[in-house]
Amino acid sequence: MEYVDYYKILGLAKDSSDEDVKKAFRKLARKYHPDLNPNDKGAHKKFQELNEANEVLSDPEKRKKYDKYGKDWQHAEEFEKARQSQGRRQYSTGGNPYAGAGGQGDEDFSDFFSSMFGRSEGRRGGGQAKFRGQDYNAELHLTLQDAYATHQKTMAVNGKNIRITIPAGVEDGQVIKLKGHGGEGINGGPNGDLYITFVIAPHPTLKRLGNDLHTTVDIDLYTAVLGGEIMLETLSGKIKLKVNAETQNGTKIRLKGKGFPVYKSDGEFGDLYVTYSIKIPVNLTEKQKELFRELSES
Amino acid sequence: MQTDELILTEAFCNYYKIDYSFIADLQRVGLIEITSVERATYIPESELQKLEQLVRLHYDLDINLEGIDAIAHLLEKVKHLQNEVIGLKNRLKLYEDF
Repeated sequence: MEYVDYYKILGLAKDSSDEDVKKAFRKLARKYHPDLNPNDKGAHKKFQELNEANEVLSDPEKRKKYDKYGKDWQHAEEFEKARQSQGRRQYSTGGNPYAGAGGQGDEDFSDFFSSMFGRSEGRRGGGQAKFRGQDYNAELHLTLQDAYATHQKTMAVNGKNIRITIPAGVEDGQVIKLKGHGGEGINGGPNGDLYITFVIAPHPTLKRLGNDLHTTVDIDLYTAVLGGEIMLETLSGKIKLKVNAETQNGTKIRLKGKGFPVYKSDGEFGDLYVTYSIKIPVNLTEKQKELFRELSES
Repeated sequence: MQTDELILTEAFCNYYKIDYSFIADLQRVGLIEITSVERATYIPESELQKLEQLVRLHYDLDINLEGIDAIAHLLEKVKHLQNEVIGLKNRLKLYEDF
């Protein structure tokens, strides 16, 4: 566990006044507050560190303990135990002066903080600023087929199962916010939010561009020349495609409304673009070659 | 038809321990919308998330109304740009995959 220099985090000298601590925290909180830095994990982490530093340095008792033990904090508990055994017991519970009822979870604070101060104490009404809880970020991996239809999924976030509805048409990298499903608020502040980023795996044959889908289909030379029908696998099932006679290689056709559903627009779909790739026959027999020669001379 | 729940402004102010004048100021500069029914004023549920954010900016970070107004516009821009980046990244990925 690493020693955390709370003075350094707030950019302060050890002899800074309470007013300096307050000012420094306010200034940096304005810079890194999650509300001002949406989807910025780095800023969220920095804000968490600031909160922790402020929690300690703005509280005279905690600051005293931090200043007293500093880098030797690992020995602080042993020292306290020795003092207690000498009949100078100060605390009623386990030697941890800050393990108050109704405290916050440890997840908003570093291991260093928890080791030194135990759980953060609840200070509702103590005149301290309220802060909303930490925002959580999670990734949800989907296939293109999953993203094609609205469905429900259960995911575990911080030990809690959350059932969410995934609307058809979500994009790769799209982020949705679940209000109040993040970390618990600090000093009675509201809970943070949960941000879920959708990660959509590439499909082997279909490429998505906005709401449109693109695919390349191989057709044999004879179907391309004479015309015919082919079966095409789409996300909504198999469809029969009519290939016109004398179809050229690279011909692109558009199937209106057979693309991807438009996000939060019920019944609206993009288009499916099919590009024909004509395959030239190989391993021809002598007879077939002769027929091609005849054809070329005709 | 979509229904919008209304929250009594007074209840909101009591819950967050804030002054009603702050909500009125936000409405005056066009940052939130308030609905009046008879004599009481209400906050539409759709405005709640935004309002909570504005309350935090003012009371947690000591940002004044003019600052909040500027930040709200910049955050809108950030959101728009982030969405544009996602769309462009996805388009780029499509060409990289080919």
